[in-house]
Amino acid sequence: MHAVIPYVTAALLFGLGVYGVLRRRNAILVLMAVELMLNGVNLIFVTADATIRSALVGVQVEAWAYPNGEPHAGAVFALFVIVLAAAEVGVGLAIVLQYYRLRQAVVVDEVALHHEPHPADEQVAS
Amino acid sequence: MTVADALLLALGAVAVGSGFLVVTSVHLVRAGLYLVISLGAIAGLYLVLGAELVAWVQVLVYVGAVVVLLLFAVMLTRAPIGASKDLDRPATPALLIGGGVGLGLAVLLVDAFRWTIYPQAETGTAERMGEQIFGAWVLPFEVLSILLLAALVGAIVLSRPDLGARRPAPVTADVSSEASVPETAEG
Repeated sequence: MHAVIPYVTAALLFGLGVYGVLRRRNAILVLMAVELMLNGVNLIFVTADATIRSALVGVQVEAWAYPNGEPHAGAVFALFVIVLAAAEVGVGLAIVLQYYRLRQAVVVDEVALHHEPHPADEQVAS
Repeated sequence: MTVADALLLALGAVAVGSGFLVVTSVHLVRAGLYLVISLGAIAGLYLVLGAELVAWVQVLVYVGAVVVLLLFAVMLTRAPIGASKDLDRPATPALLIGGGVGLGLAVLLVDAFRWTIYPQAETGTAERMGEQIFGAWVLPFEVLSILLLAALVGAIVLSRPDLGARRPAPVTADVSSEASVPETAEG
């Protein structure tokens, strides 16, 4: 198979994710774009695992040239990235929901980075 | 051009096309559903590439859990169900940076791999992947379980403002922050 097809797909997905993170104002849509970026990276891992490794069979074993002694290392890393993405979405949505509870908004570029007095802060001081 | 190549092209086109709709759709809920299509097509790409276990974990965790969580948050934040105009910033800088990153990476990878045919590796079934995870990668696996536990506890603490909150006047504090720490561990 031609390895360049999934590689280009992964690059385009990553670019779409970057575009979405910069373009979107809604925090949940930003998280969706982050998922697209993570999937692009995962696709590169799995493609490299399926194609490059089998092409390196005849390569002389040296410390720097030998990719990894273990088969399916790329797919294992893709699994780890999926778990990391699940944890990221859990904590990210908890932050988004908490922010919505305090300010009734999920617009990312109106988040005040410095502390400003707000009525909601008097109920829950952080 | 073999069957695998045709499948990779078709699924890649579906993934990129619905990914484009995810970042351009003006409906929040539709963006989430396009994300389902994109992630499903990527799972199909994994299947064609021979990573069976990763494909099914992708369907279970991403399509099953992450997207449901995102749609759940869309509903909890009372997002507008119809089309909304104020979802986007001006397009030019995002278009420049995103398009530059995507096309730059694509050109780099095309130049690196050309139209070379690579042999298909052995299929990553659950048995082989399990041997690898619990053999060579068992330490990162355990660290990842600690990370998941930390994310769980963090999400619970974040979503309950009465945990660990410093009261300005501690006179009427019915739940002190010291007493609430074991509750966190239980949750």
